[in-house]
Amino acid sequence: MSKNLSILTNGILKENPVLRLVLGTCPTLAVTTMASNGIGMGLAATFVLLCSNVVISALRNIIPNQVRIPAYITVIAGFVSVVQMLVKAFVPALDASLGVFLPLIVVNCIILGRAEMFASKHGIFASALDGIGMGIGFTLTLTVMGTIREILGAGTWMSGLEGLLPFLPDGFKIQVIPTSIDPFSIMTSAPGGFFVFGVLMAAATWLTTPKAKKEVKEGGEA
Amino acid sequence: MDSILSLASIFFTMILVDNYVLVKFLGICPFLGVSKKLDSAVGMSLAVTFVMVMATAATWPIQTFLLTPVDAVTGELKWDLGYLQTIVFILIIAVLVQLLENILKKFIPALYKALGVYLPLITTNCTILGVTILNIDNGYSFIESIVCAAGAGIGFLVAMVLFSGVRRRVEMAMPPKCFEGLPITLVSAAMVAMSFMGFGGIVQSIFGV
Repeated sequence: MSKNLSILTNGILKENPVLRLVLGTCPTLAVTTMASNGIGMGLAATFVLLCSNVVISALRNIIPNQVRIPAYITVIAGFVSVVQMLVKAFVPALDASLGVFLPLIVVNCIILGRAEMFASKHGIFASALDGIGMGIGFTLTLTVMGTIREILGAGTWMSGLEGLLPFLPDGFKIQVIPTSIDPFSIMTSAPGGFFVFGVLMAAATWLTTPKAKKEVKEGGEA
Repeated sequence: MDSILSLASIFFTMILVDNYVLVKFLGICPFLGVSKKLDSAVGMSLAVTFVMVMATAATWPIQTFLLTPVDAVTGELKWDLGYLQTIVFILIIAVLVQLLENILKKFIPALYKALGVYLPLITTNCTILGVTILNIDNGYSFIESIVCAAGAGIGFLVAMVLFSGVRRRVEMAMPPKCFEGLPITLVSAAMVAMSFMGFGGIVQSIFGV
């Protein structure tokens, strides 16, 4: 049980796909201008990751080794098309704001990476857990990054969330920084994306390394 | 004459204003992974440009004549297979890359040696799928699509070469411990991206389109 739990929680910080494994950087930088976009992209990718991990793990003994990459890509592309159709039908606002990055989930290296590194070697249940864990890690990172960029760059938080949760009123947003202060708009454009990503990655490194040092120290004392 | 102007405008917009790497965030993985050395940066970019143009030349006719053909008389869609776009395009790109690898190996071994190691990586490079889908979304004609793909490739080359120069300096700097490696590289990429923002509007003022 604890092994399953660790598979699930691995993706959140220790093996965070974006900050530690540095996979799927393109959507991370491109869609995180708003926190709500980050949530939407994260959920879409989590769905694809979960489904493709399960299917690939179920087929892992049938797919010949030489053609495994094209086979994986076909499975992933199938699920991405499903997500594209669902999003277009039920959350058109999200489709408009994610644009080309929705079909580009196909070439998101997180998904192919997990298929190759995890799902092709483990059982269905473990692969499903891995998909969910990695998906949660991806969604959390995108949301945190979107939050930082949106609050600094536009002064608001979660604007556009009514596209995902239809019961919210139109034009829903939380004003964090009063409108009398000019927002730091470079944060929502390209340089801000690179900058926030770099700082977050440094923070993740900082959070994970001191612990390792402490363990070594404790071990040394004992 | 007019069309040449608009083609040139598309070409330079793709290189400077809408640079895929620094403005649109496509192809960040190779941008961070292969930009350490100038040689490999140039090799990778040339391979990407080549595959991009080939992929556009292959996907544009397939989208226009097979997936969503328009009846010449009524102007209506004869049939609509547009939902297959993602699957069909990625398979075409994968096959194309494989084919190119074999052809180059057999007929132009010198080029194969130069580009060989980068070719398999290109299938999952999002610039390729991105440029083919964006060309369709923008409603470009065949010639415009090819020019746009070439511009995107050259833009990728420019960004990679510029950044490999920046990176050589960054390697020697001594940032705080947790910033070492990728984080400081990303922060310097932010500076390069900021300098590219200065090109906004330059193409409109030159070509007046």
